Amino acid sequence: MGGKVVTITSGKGGVGKTTTTANIGVALARLNQKVVLIDADIGLRNLDIVMGLENRIVYDLVDVVEGRCKPRQAMIKHKSFPELYLIPAAQTRDKTAVSPADMIQLTDTLRTEFDFIIIDSPAGIERGFRNAVAPADEVLIVTNPEVSAVRDADRVIGLLEAENKGPGQLILNRAKQDMIRKGEMLSPEDVTDLLAIKLIGIVPEDELVIPSSNSGIPVTLNDNSKAGEAFRNIARRLMGEDVPLTPLTESKGLFKRIARLFAGG
Amino acid sequence: MSEQTVAIKGVKDGLLVTVSETEDWQIIVKDLAARIDHQSSFFNGARITLDVGSRPVRKDELSSLKAMLERRNISLWSLMSDSATSIEAASALDLRTALITASANPDNPDAVAFNPEEDGTIGVMIRRTLRSGRTVHSNGHVVVYGDVNPGAEIIAMGDVIVWGRLRGNVHAGSDGDESAVICALDMTPTQIRIAGYISIPPKDKRHKPKPEIASIRDRQIVVVTWG
Ligand SMILES: Nc1ncnc2c1ncn2[C@@H]1O[C@H](COP(=O)(O)OP(=O)(O)O)[C@@H](O)[C@H]1O
Ligand SMILES: [Mg+2]
Repeated sequence: MGGKVVTITSGKGGVGKTTTTANIGVALARLNQKVVLIDADIGLRNLDIVMGLENRIVYDLVDVVEGRCKPRQAMIKHKSFPELYLIPAAQTRDKTAVSPADMIQLTDTLRTEFDFIIIDSPAGIERGFRNAVAPADEVLIVTNPEVSAVRDADRVIGLLEAENKGPGQLILNRAKQDMIRKGEMLSPEDVTDLLAIKLIGIVPEDELVIPSSNSGIPVTLNDNSKAGEAFRNIARRLMGEDVPLTPLTESKGLFKRIARLFAGG
Repeated sequence: MSEQTVAIKGVKDGLLVTVSETEDWQIIVKDLAARIDHQSSFFNGARITLDVGSRPVRKDELSSLKAMLERRNISLWSLMSDSATSIEAASALDLRTALITASANPDNPDAVAFNPEEDGTIGVMIRRTLRSGRTVHSNGHVVVYGDVNPGAEIIAMGDVIVWGRLRGNVHAGSDGDESAVICALDMTPTQIRIAGYISIPPKDKRHKPKPEIASIRDRQIVVVTWG
């Protein structure tokens, strides 16, 4: 069976899928895993930018699928991690160029060589969603603690269930502890109570994220970043390590409980 | 290719495909594919309502047909059946569903009238949580063993029973039956309707889950604790 295919998706756009894919990929590579990232968001290519690899693109996913090159030729090696690769999305080409069967075939070849194949998916309402989800062994749904994002996450979980890929695990991204404490933002409990799926990580809002994405150095490489730490923990959980997340039991008041949630997240 | 296994005709909102209740499912899929390929420009981009009558169609059967259609750029968006198995399969695949075959479709000349004697016995059982974006239509009662999340919707001519948390939209007695009721283990809906009445429950943060029943009394919807 070999490597594991993990698809990162969401209902709403802009919630942090690409950021998550890049950071989990780098975090896994730091843990000595062999990793290949696939940008399946065709037409909205940007994982290469966040990974700092934009200028090295020669071939892309559509070239691989249409047989213009071998998968190896489209795989861009990361600058610091020799076992971390990226297959970029096509920039402009027809979104129908890739089918779910193509993705299954490609990932089956990659499984033999890699520990993790991580797919950055378009949002759940887009056509490419099914391509990204078809080969997945595990689906991670990214959402923000906002009612509209959670509503769309719920919808995507429904779609995953219809494809027999559900319910998946949840990443709550851009959580702001002080707003949650004041009741101005949905808490992790509010979100999991509605979605009824397992939380694999809570990533705080972190002002280091945007500059690191802009400079092509995922924030998880910065050991001072809270978001970076959260992504490292998610990577360890994906490897099967038991990294505690939410000691929800002995609740000594809301404040302490949330403080602990963030420490673990 | 046999003429009897599949019948296709244009209706108001797309194409209605009626399939044989007895023929082997694979043959039906094959025949339908052949019919489409024969006139692919006519079918391209079409939206299909599938009428399977009382035939129980499994989810895998339905999804193979749906995939066949999608490959031909046709969307299967709705299913009509009076088989609970078929309705459940369709709702698992996110299709719109209508429980009674012919009467649900006024464009169908073979329409048979809704039989009031069966009224009390018609129902659909959904053993899962209805998530956002999902709509269930039924000409009878609906029972959900799971939650009804915000953004999900049930429209039933009969009663709606939710063995779980009701947080979405429900319309019971949608055809005007003011005796219809809505029950839930935890009633915090976005909105409920019974026949022509609407109720928007207040949002209450301190709310404790308890089973409740909503019904019409004195020309308004009242919600009372069960038991
Ligand atoms: N935890 C975070 N803290 C701060 N900004 C974030 C965080 N996660 C994502 N962002 C920013 O949000 C924006 C959208 O993120 P992106 O990963 O591109 O979303 P998606 O791929 O889902 O469309 C980007 O500008 C990104 O830098
Ligand atoms: Mg993206």
